[in-house]
Amino acid sequence: MSQPDSSRPTLGHLVEGFRRMAPISLFVIVFGLAFGVAALQQGLSELETLLMSGLVFAGAAQFATLDLWGDTIPLLPLVAITLAINARHLLMGAAFYPHLRDLPSGRRYASLLLLSDANWAMAMTGGTTASRLGILVGGGLALWTSWMIGTGLGVVFGSGINEPERFGLDAIMGCFLLAMVIGDKRDLSVLLPWGAAALAALAAMAWLPPHAHVIVGALAGGLVGLLLPSARRETTA
Amino acid sequence: MTLTAANGGVLLAILIMALVTYLTRAGGVFVMARLPIGPRVERFINAMAGSVLVAVITPMAVNGDGGARMALVATAGVMLVLRKPLPAIAAGILTAALWRLVAS
Repeated sequence: MSQPDSSRPTLGHLVEGFRRMAPISLFVIVFGLAFGVAALQQGLSELETLLMSGLVFAGAAQFATLDLWGDTIPLLPLVAITLAINARHLLMGAAFYPHLRDLPSGRRYASLLLLSDANWAMAMTGGTTASRLGILVGGGLALWTSWMIGTGLGVVFGSGINEPERFGLDAIMGCFLLAMVIGDKRDLSVLLPWGAAALAALAAMAWLPPHAHVIVGALAGGLVGLLLPSARRETTA
Repeated sequence: MTLTAANGGVLLAILIMALVTYLTRAGGVFVMARLPIGPRVERFINAMAGSVLVAVITPMAVNGDGGARMALVATAGVMLVLRKPLPAIAAGILTAALWRLVAS
């Protein structure tokens, strides 16, 4: 409960988090560029596009809701799709909570402003609470900066890489997340929950509305972990 | 309910989208802060953490082309052996590139 200073990230932790996230962030520029171009084509202004990237900072949701922006904007689909795609943040935040527990609530909720897949995944792998917070916030800043640089380039030049898949860039985020998920695991007990997560995600992709697969898979994996007697070893993290 | 794009409607919609997204970022922590965390909740959360990423990656493994699949296999292989993410990711991207070069 009270390790007042050891769990507080310093500027050094933030810089270290920024630095560790920087290589992957460079690739985020390309996706930001693609978004900037697509948003202009959809009729959003340069300023609106930059505002959306800066304030929302959720690429998958921004791309998925792009075709809703016209002369009129249907709010219900906008909120529903945004919620469906970003609901995974709820689970990611919950899993990260132990490292935020000792922060005063202002800093706790400010630390979550830039939570996204990549910095969260890396933060979950790393060392002390302070260094994890450094990766979450500093790494988040690295990703946000690249996302904004990319969006800006797309907005200014108005053309560029429309389909990152064609350059194999789609594989990068998947490989990165997979490396992170394997990273800190040394035992096979995780295979059952992960297998359940994959199967449940597949089933959700086949039978449930779009974007439900992440939540369904994650909850299924969590349930299996809960029920597994062999997973009862005390966690030290 | 619909907003007209004129008269600041776009701006309002962007703000709503940003707020909804932030609520997802903060909501999990908000709930956990009010939940008694026993060993059962902890087990659930720990198993769920990796499962989120597994579920995010699953569509890539299923819907992806051969290059994407082999990239994941290469990443997993190198990661299991070396335990270092950057070589693992590099191996994955290289594999995807080579696979697409040869297969297409």
